[in-house]
Amino acid sequence: MNIVVAIKHIPSIADDLPVSGNTVDFDSVDFVLNEFDEQSIEQAVLVKEAVGGTVTVVGVDMIGELDAVLHLALAKGADKAVKITGDDPAADSHTQAKWLSEAIKGMSADIIFAGVQASNDLDGQIGPMLAAYLDMPYIGGVSSVEVAGDSATVNKEFAGGVGAKYEVSLPMVVGVQASVKPPRYAPVSKVRQVAQTATIEKVAPSGEVSSGLTMKKMAPPVVTGHAEMIEGSSKEVAAKIVELLKSKGLA
Amino acid sequence: MSNDILVITEHMDGKFSDVSFEMVGKAKELANAWGGQSIAVVVGGGVSSNVFASDSTIHVDDAALSNFNPEAYGKVIEALVKEKSPKVVMFGWTATGMDLAAWLSAKLGVPCAAYVKNIGADMTMSCQAYGGKMSADVSPEGDMAIAACLAGSFPVEAGQGSTAATTMASPVDLGSLKVKFVEAIKPAGGDVDITSQVKLVSIGRGIGGKENVELAEELAGKIGATVSCSRPVVDAGWLPRTRQVGKSGLKVKPKLYLMLGISGAPEHLEGMKSAELIIAVNTDKKAPIFNVAHYGATADLFEVAEAMLELL
Repeated sequence: MNIVVAIKHIPSIADDLPVSGNTVDFDSVDFVLNEFDEQSIEQAVLVKEAVGGTVTVVGVDMIGELDAVLHLALAKGADKAVKITGDDPAADSHTQAKWLSEAIKGMSADIIFAGVQASNDLDGQIGPMLAAYLDMPYIGGVSSVEVAGDSATVNKEFAGGVGAKYEVSLPMVVGVQASVKPPRYAPVSKVRQVAQTATIEKVAPSGEVSSGLTMKKMAPPVVTGHAEMIEGSSKEVAAKIVELLKSKGLA
Repeated sequence: MSNDILVITEHMDGKFSDVSFEMVGKAKELANAWGGQSIAVVVGGGVSSNVFASDSTIHVDDAALSNFNPEAYGKVIEALVKEKSPKVVMFGWTATGMDLAAWLSAKLGVPCAAYVKNIGADMTMSCQAYGGKMSADVSPEGDMAIAACLAGSFPVEAGQGSTAATTMASPVDLGSLKVKFVEAIKPAGGDVDITSQVKLVSIGRGIGGKENVELAEELAGKIGATVSCSRPVVDAGWLPRTRQVGKSGLKVKPKLYLMLGISGAPEHLEGMKSAELIIAVNTDKKAPIFNVAHYGATADLFEVAEAMLELL
């Protein structure tokens, strides 16, 4: 079974996002693996462990720092790593999906995993676009995948625990919300070892599309309200919260 | 090309979601401004479709559409969009709409904006970006665009009405689908129902690990609350899915929502913004939750929780 994971390297939203012109100032932010891709890599490795095969992780190298992400994926059980040398930190989802689809075309993929969404999916997510470019079915919001023969059974979540089970003829693209088990931990020593020995295949970007969106403005949101901030030390904050709860009969 | 707006509505168990009405209301406003028609599209059976204030409603019914099937729904919507050539196709940025909007965009080569909060008469789409930390105004090229709209962006009432729907059979053959609906999955029972709790202590990624959940449990116990959480906590396996608040979890409206280490991603806000009293403790002073909470503190949640335990 040829299992492919398409990943997205995105600006971290853990810290401030400085703006330069009409975009995030990509030079002054850290890039991280999209959090849903961690789930997606885990789900792919779980499928491999269940039915055998190889897991190939592929992503667009946005800022020349994808190797570390790929090494981690290999340490967690992926077999092959491919980076598309885009070197364009502003490449939108359409562009990345097109490049990824061209790279994946030669992989005879049976099942392709992608994170269900990413925080910079302004023009939509790469999963459904990959499915469109590769003419495969797509189901997103998936929280479990079982492969048997040439079909997959996936559970899709709607909300609040309500979902649906689907049976899909492979190949397909799966948008992963959560893997069946939490992502495994890869010890630093193993990642280091992989980094020294692994080969990452480089692929030049191929195919051209545009999201068709022109960015007119990017700025922190206009805030209509703000919390009344409780200042002081943690002890003072705790005291004020307790006082607040007591005054409202909530403690 | 037309000046029409096609709204892809969504329903489950015979009920339309609020976002369907919200989008229809917005579509009416845009249709008025552009001299076009607002057209509500209902796909699938088991629902009364004469409930929208749209200029017209198209109801496509077929046995293959009785449950949500992204492949079948996609084919039907693609055919309708090609036939109607609307100026805008609106989807909800929801579990179902997220399967279709970007797919249709790539399939037809039509621009798509996601996380849409507003659409201007000049077609500017205002979107949430980077987990709510940014707001982006984008303008689509060409004669047609897809807008995947966040729930809660427009008033529900403006979309409610009684326009009589025109029912039609599927415009495309749905005979050989690769995706088959097998069965519905109901929520696992046995756990407390967080939607009926008066007080919730809700934890996010900031709780750091499963071993720290106990601290939140202890604090909740002291004030008669239940512990709920944001999605990353469930994905990490620290709490069961029955405790998850938000878009892919449950919508709650408690008297108290005390948040520890939740930054307030838009998906989480969707599930709790109607809580009566929201108090948020987070180390990031720019966390979006502080724009929604009534009271907030930039502080270490562990120190605050431990100090609270001493005082309670």
